Amino acid sequence: MSGGIPDPTAPLIPSGNLRRRQIFSKITEYAATAAAVLAVAVLALVVYTVVSRGAKAIDWEFITTSYPTGVAPMLVGTAIIVAIGTAIAMPLGVLIAIYLTEYAGSRGAGLLRTTLDLLNGIPSIILGLFVFKLLVYHKSQSGFAGSVALAIIELPLIARGTQEVLRLVPNSMREASEALGVARWRSVLTVVLPSALGGIITATVLAVARAAGETAPLILLSSIGPLDKVTVDPSEPLANVPVFIYKLSEEGNPEGFATGWGIALLLISFILFASLGARALLARSKRKLASS
Amino acid sequence: MSGSATPALAAARAGRSGSRRKKADRFGDRFLFGICLAAAVVAVVVLILIVYQVFDGARPAMSKYGLSFITDTEWQPNFKVFGAGVPLFGTVVSSFFALLLGAPIAISIGLFLSLLAPSAVRGIVSPLVEMLAAVPSVILGFWGLLILAPFVQSTIEPALHDTLGFIPIFGTPQTTGLSMFTASLILTIMIVPIIASISRDLFVAVPSDLQDGAAALGATRWEVVRGVVLPSTASGVVAASILGLGRALGEAIAVSQVIGAGTAIKPSVFLPADTLAARIALQFPGALGEMHQAALFYCGAILLVIGLVSNLTAQWIGRRFSYQGVAAK
Repeated sequence: MSGGIPDPTAPLIPSGNLRRRQIFSKITEYAATAAAVLAVAVLALVVYTVVSRGAKAIDWEFITTSYPTGVAPMLVGTAIIVAIGTAIAMPLGVLIAIYLTEYAGSRGAGLLRTTLDLLNGIPSIILGLFVFKLLVYHKSQSGFAGSVALAIIELPLIARGTQEVLRLVPNSMREASEALGVARWRSVLTVVLPSALGGIITATVLAVARAAGETAPLILLSSIGPLDKVTVDPSEPLANVPVFIYKLSEEGNPEGFATGWGIALLLISFILFASLGARALLARSKRKLASS
Repeated sequence: MSGSATPALAAARAGRSGSRRKKADRFGDRFLFGICLAAAVVAVVVLILIVYQVFDGARPAMSKYGLSFITDTEWQPNFKVFGAGVPLFGTVVSSFFALLLGAPIAISIGLFLSLLAPSAVRGIVSPLVEMLAAVPSVILGFWGLLILAPFVQSTIEPALHDTLGFIPIFGTPQTTGLSMFTASLILTIMIVPIIASISRDLFVAVPSDLQDGAAALGATRWEVVRGVVLPSTASGVVAASILGLGRALGEAIAVSQVIGAGTAIKPSVFLPADTLAARIALQFPGALGEMHQAALFYCGAILLVIGLVSNLTAQWIGRRFSYQGVAAK
């Protein structure tokens, strides 16, 4: 038996070293799957907690009245701060993206890209310190100061996102425009930008979603806005959602926690729906650009 | 007059309006280029201004405490004694711990999404992982404070202490669950999606010829990953991890909610600690006078330098050693 020809009718089952290698490979596959499951589970756990605890707090009164029965001033304040920040960041971001794709030489583009990545990587609390020094130091807090900090956070996101779609606009469209004798600026504004509009909106919405939850700079710049009445003047400090949640978490009062879960649910649903919607839009506009 | 337009006149008029258009175009071209360039310059100027202003704000503390500020562990605002040793230690340890825990998980997720998952699963899990990055830090911190910290305190810390308690870093758990360990877990949750999505993009870009070749030579799936996928993307994965580390180093809000604002360097990770960013977030609004503010600016300056250096390193590694720019993400 031993040393003879192996039994040709034996089933083909791996043995010895091969078997060990295959088992090890299977184990690593399961481990990788488990890691993905873990990440999704954490997300589900966080969202479930916020939804299950927040839903109880939310009703019409909660959204429309002022503190302590509702959170209207914070919602309005966040909307204003983010809107002004976006109004600053979006034009700048789009212009930078146009510069990167249409005008910059390779060295300028490299420098600018590095700058944007560095801006993107600066901790938001540092931006809070910066704007504090620039606009608040020896003066007073204001919603506008918060907007400036959020604009700096949004700028690289909008610029990079826009630049990515502008790069997808086929060169043949630019060349066709050029061949018709259309000036550069006209073809940028009437041919290139419109075809990238979907991507620009996506990048902006993603940046807004990011800015809406940003807390660190606002703690230094707009943390003492009145909670008990709706104010809309950005030259004064404005109450806002993230700082409100942060303060509730520091107070350690169970009723405050209930309010906190409620407003956290409002914030997280805005952010998740905005970013999901933006992603869907981006996928669509990228498909459209790729097929044209 | 207008009735007597000859063909020559019409041609001249057309030429004139043409030249007007040309003039407008010349102006428009310059104008668009000008404002685009101006916007680009604004971005660069803002970056420079940030560095300048933060260091300028820190100047009083820098001239008073010098470089020993970095290693000094005393921090008593009432007596104007400031040293950033404790929060610097906390920053480094918590972020390092988060990276140690998060990078393997994130890279596994990247492998799962790029090589293992069927496309339907990938289409669902991939955006979900990115959603995790979209959860605002203040909500994650709120959740960490109210849900995770009690769980960590009642379950994870005792278990780790009982099994690994002979190592000093797993000391006796506290009653609150607010600790370096909890902060590291929160940071892990924050950096996993960042590293995972970048490494997924890297793994997807590994040429399938190479993988198929390895598989044809009899390599198992793990051996393909070990022998082909990871070596060819190693630099990118390192760069992604550094980007994640940078995010963890600078996170202020979520960390300040769960780390417990410790005031001393302790060997056990189950005790409260503090980080540079968290200390700024906690103390700046109520800072006692100029020197306290300046000391917090000094903390910010240290953080800024760490952040810029890690970011530049990640970009450099990404550009230099990888066939596709990771830093572009």
